[in-house]
Amino acid sequence: MSDFLRLITLQDPNTRVVLLGVALLGAVCGVVGAFAVLRRRALVGDAVAHASLPGVCAAYFVVGDRNFAAFLLGALVFGLLAVLCITLIRNHTRIKEDAAIGTVLSVFFGLGIGMSRMIQNDPAGSRAGLDGFLFGKAAGMVRQDVLLIAGVATAALLLVVILYKELKLLCFDREFAGSLGRRVVLLDLALMTLICLCTVIGLPAVGAVLVVALLIVPAAAARFWSERLVLILLVAGAFGALSGTVGASVSALYAHVSAGPAVALAAAVVFVVSLLLAPRRGVVADIVRRWALRRKILIENFLRAMYELDELASGGAANPALALKRTWTAAQLERAISLAERRRLVRREGGRVTLTESGTRRASDVVRAHRLWELYLIDQASIAPDHVDRDADQIEHVLPPEVLARLDERLRSEGRMPGAAVPASPHSWERAEAGRALG
Amino acid sequence: MPHAQPEAPAIEVHDLTVAYHRKPVLWDVDTAIPRGRLVAVVGPNGAGKSTLLKAVLGLVPLASGWVQVFGRDLRDARSLVAYVPQRESVDWDFPVSALDVVTMGRYGRLGWIRRPARSDTEAALASLDQVGMKAFAHRQISQLSGGQQQRVFIARALVQDAALYLMDEPFAGVDAATERAIVELLRAMRAQGRTVVAVHHDLQSVPDYFDYVVMLNMRLVAAGPVASVFTRENLQKTYGGRLTLLDEAAEAVRKA
Repeated sequence: MSDFLRLITLQDPNTRVVLLGVALLGAVCGVVGAFAVLRRRALVGDAVAHASLPGVCAAYFVVGDRNFAAFLLGALVFGLLAVLCITLIRNHTRIKEDAAIGTVLSVFFGLGIGMSRMIQNDPAGSRAGLDGFLFGKAAGMVRQDVLLIAGVATAALLLVVILYKELKLLCFDREFAGSLGRRVVLLDLALMTLICLCTVIGLPAVGAVLVVALLIVPAAAARFWSERLVLILLVAGAFGALSGTVGASVSALYAHVSAGPAVALAAAVVFVVSLLLAPRRGVVADIVRRWALRRKILIENFLRAMYELDELASGGAANPALALKRTWTAAQLERAISLAERRRLVRREGGRVTLTESGTRRASDVVRAHRLWELYLIDQASIAPDHVDRDADQIEHVLPPEVLARLDERLRSEGRMPGAAVPASPHSWERAEAGRALG
Repeated sequence: MPHAQPEAPAIEVHDLTVAYHRKPVLWDVDTAIPRGRLVAVVGPNGAGKSTLLKAVLGLVPLASGWVQVFGRDLRDARSLVAYVPQRESVDWDFPVSALDVVTMGRYGRLGWIRRPARSDTEAALASLDQVGMKAFAHRQISQLSGGQQQRVFIARALVQDAALYLMDEPFAGVDAATERAIVELLRAMRAQGRTVVAVHHDLQSVPDYFDYVVMLNMRLVAAGPVASVFTRENLQKTYGGRLTLLDEAAEAVRKA
């Protein structure tokens, strides 16, 4: 517990530096990752990450010692080499991009694993700390390592800010960008380089296997929260920073937990929460919306049925709610009545149910929408009059007011709306009622 | 409108061949498209219609030949040319608004670094207004109907204030109201002396909407004023052998 306290109060200067560095790393990965996702290059990031492992090993062979900057440089060179291989295979053979990515990723990674085993079997090499590059060892980084990472991250972030407008153009409409005379190949290369930089500086902290989690997952999660690119970038950056720091903290607290899996799991939590709870694109919001629509449809169908029965009986001699039992189940009817009653649309007196004033208003709106749409369908889509009722059922509840106004205007101009606010039903009501589906 | 070389045709294509993966899709195309016309590019699927537009824009490598726009190399005439790609070529779930998309039409003059200024936003809004979409300026583009998306694309080209407009199927999948609105716009653009070249699929409406036609089937079959070139014989050459299209072609000729 004291470890935990020491960590969250940032008492240890090295922890402080590492967590700040990881936060910055997560932020830039999130931002660049958002562009990678929008440009549909998410998996290239993964290929780059795996492909950079032999670069780290090669750097060790060349330098012969643990040299952090050399490791990152080696990783960058091999990452870019992997991008080049993928591009060449995609452009000059019949192999599609996914297969090209899979091939390059596995070949490079296999090479990297082989090389790192060679190094680790060598007594001198086992101290090179290469295992950290596989699954990440954020806590193992020292101040200079973090400063280098932070420097590269800041540069990458600056590049994104400078190129923001161009990256947006590239990701949305590459061909249009080309028609403006933009060198789209250069722009794509810039984006690829950004992806490579992020992956490479993420290697020591998160590891080659899972650094893609920091690049893609926060970006994918951010997409749920906004429809504006700037906000998505900011949210992705924040999510990245959060996932990075939480993951690194967990792995610092529990020595046997690598940073990579911890970061990936933290990002996964952020993703799942976004998927479920985002206000407009989230699953819960969607379920609530659909549920509300179903209720609205139930109430509106009930109101319309009441209105039409009133129309038939011209004055409401019979009990409308009773008459509906022919086509509605008792449970549906009871639910519709109680929902409508709670909204003060109907009044229950003894066994009788009648529309209130606001209920009548709402019902006539619904009937009007329904019949306008029916008339339109008969007129424009040549649907037989005895079929339109069911077709109209599904649409009338969602017709926007401007469409209704246009329908009204149109039918009026054709002389088919003789004065009344609610047009007469274009079909025999009894027949349609028999075929009506609820909802 | 930007200046162009006097007298030179809007587009001149000389001995143009374009190949994808070494398979030619356009062969030896030679043609000159005059200025101030509404030009339909017609031909069956895979005839190279879109490729012709992309070749003019320098978006695809040329296997042979050259292209000039208003008598100049394309590099010196970029600001004279605006492009409306096929609507399906982009992801409409992209997190931008209609206004953002139209503002991209100003990026050409802004260059790499400069950000859109208030004047750019105003120009974009004016052009959205021209296509009847001002009320939708701040809608995210996935919330627009197909016809509205097409209008946004056209507004983006309008804001470029170009002399030559290349449009890839501007009428594909749009509602009747949008189609009428686009035709009106095209006519207004022609009245201002602009040239519009559009890939078009509905042969019947060619004589109504356009006054010049380029008929392609990997090779150039014919090009010229609709009245003299859009003939039954040329249609047969263009769509040769495709029986289902012949009736449509015959009807189109009848109306021409």
